[in-house]
Amino acid sequence: MYPVLVATVAVAVIGFVMGMLLITVGKKFKVEVDEKQLAVREYLPGNNCGGCGYAGCDAMAEAIVKGEAPVNGCPVGGAPVAEKISQVMGVSADAQEKQVAFVKCFGSCEHTAQKSNYVGIHDCAAAAASGLSPWKCDYGCMGLGTCEKACPFGAIHVIDGVAVVDRELCKACGKCVSACPRHLIEILPDKATYAVRCSSKNKGPAVRKSCDIGCIGCSLCTRQCEAGAITIKDNLAHIDYEKCVGCGKCAAKCPSKAIAARQ
Amino acid sequence: MNSSLMLIIITTALVNNVVLSQFLGICSFLGVSKQIKTSASLGAAVIFVITIASAVANLLYTFLLKPLDLTYLNTIVFILVIATLVQIVEMFLKKVAPPLYQALGIYLPLITTNCAVLGVALTNVQDEYNFLESVTAGFGTGIGYTIAIVLLAGIRERIDESSIPAPFRGAPVVLLSAALMSIAFMGFSSLSL
Repeated sequence: MYPVLVATVAVAVIGFVMGMLLITVGKKFKVEVDEKQLAVREYLPGNNCGGCGYAGCDAMAEAIVKGEAPVNGCPVGGAPVAEKISQVMGVSADAQEKQVAFVKCFGSCEHTAQKSNYVGIHDCAAAAASGLSPWKCDYGCMGLGTCEKACPFGAIHVIDGVAVVDRELCKACGKCVSACPRHLIEILPDKATYAVRCSSKNKGPAVRKSCDIGCIGCSLCTRQCEAGAITIKDNLAHIDYEKCVGCGKCAAKCPSKAIAARQ
Repeated sequence: MNSSLMLIIITTALVNNVVLSQFLGICSFLGVSKQIKTSASLGAAVIFVITIASAVANLLYTFLLKPLDLTYLNTIVFILVIATLVQIVEMFLKKVAPPLYQALGIYLPLITTNCAVLGVALTNVQDEYNFLESVTAGFGTGIGYTIAIVLLAGIRERIDESSIPAPFRGAPVVLLSAALMSIAFMGFSSLSL
C-alpha cells in the first residue's frame, strides 16, 4: 500500500507543479496579441491557401493589422470579407475595388489559325519551351490550358482555342498571371469597360497576316481618347485605367476591333 | 574527461544514431524530410529540445526519483516533464526571441511528442550518466538526428527529380532509402570506441 501511495502522490505533485509552472510562465511570458488581429483573423476564410502571398491566414491577419497588407488582400474572401475587415481596421470600404484577371488575347479559332499541329505535352509552358508556336501568332494564347489548371477557383477556361476568364468566379489571386508562359494575363479593375484584347508586338502587316482581331498599332485610338489614357508601345495599345473614363470612343474607331468592351 | 565527452558525442551522433540505429523518432524522420531546409529547421529544434530535456530529466532523476525509490516511474514522469518543458520553452521563445521562434515554427510543438526525446532521457538513465554526460549525450543525439534527417531530405530531393518505377514511387522508395542509410550507418559500429 505504501509504495503505491508514494508513487501516486509523487506523480500528482509533479503534475501539479508542472501545471502551476505552465500557468505562471504562460502569464509571465504572455505575448500581447492585438485584438484587431484576432478580429481580422476571425473574418478571414481560414483555409490557409496562401493566395494572398502570406504563409497563411494568421500571417495575413498580422500583416493587415501592421498595415503591410491591404484590407482587401484576401483573394478568396473577396468583397464581403474585405468589407468586414475594413470595419475592424477603420478603413473606408471604398479603398477596395474588385479586380479580375483578363486575358489579353482574343485570337480564337475563328480569328486566327493553327500553323502547326502540336502533339507534345498538353501544357503551354512545354509548348513555349519547344520554341514552336502552334498558332500563327507568336504572342497569342496557345489554348493548352496551363492557366486553367493553375486556377484554384475554376474561373478560367479555354474556349475555342483561347483562355477566357469568368468574371463572376475570378478572385484575382494572380495564379494564372504567373502560370502563363506568354504573360498574356493581367489583373484589371473589374469596372474597366474597355480593354486591349491583343498582346502582339508585331508590326501591323504581320499582325494582319496572323490574326484578324490583332492590334496593328495604328494609333487611331490614342487620337480618339480625350482622357489621354491610351499609349502605343511596341506596336501595341495600352490603356491606363487611372485615366480611362470608359467613353468607348477608342473601341468605336479601332479598325481591327482589338479594343472592345469586355464581356 | 574531455575525451570521454567527445566519445559520448561520437557514439550518440554516429555509432548509436538515434534514427538509423535505434529506430527512434522515425515518424518525423519520414514525415518532415521532403526538403533540406525544413528538415534542417526540425533538426535544429530537436537538438535544442533534446539537450534541455536531458538536463532536466537528469536533475529530476537524481534528486527526486532516485531518493524516493521511484525509478520505475521514469517513463511517465519524463513524458510529463518533457511536454511541459517544450511548452515553456515555446512560450519563452515567443516572448524573448521571436525570430528564433519564427525559425523553429511548428516544429517545436511537434517535438513534444517525439519519442526520440523520451528515448534519450531514458537511455541516459540506463547508462547511468551524470549531469554533464547526459547533456552531452542529448546534444550528440540531436546532432545525429539532424545528420540523418538532412541526409534523407537530400536523397529525397534527388529522388523527386528522377524517374522511379511506378510501384516504388512515394513511400516505398523513401523507406528503401532510409533502410539503405541505416545499413550504411551500421558501418560505424565497427569503430572500436
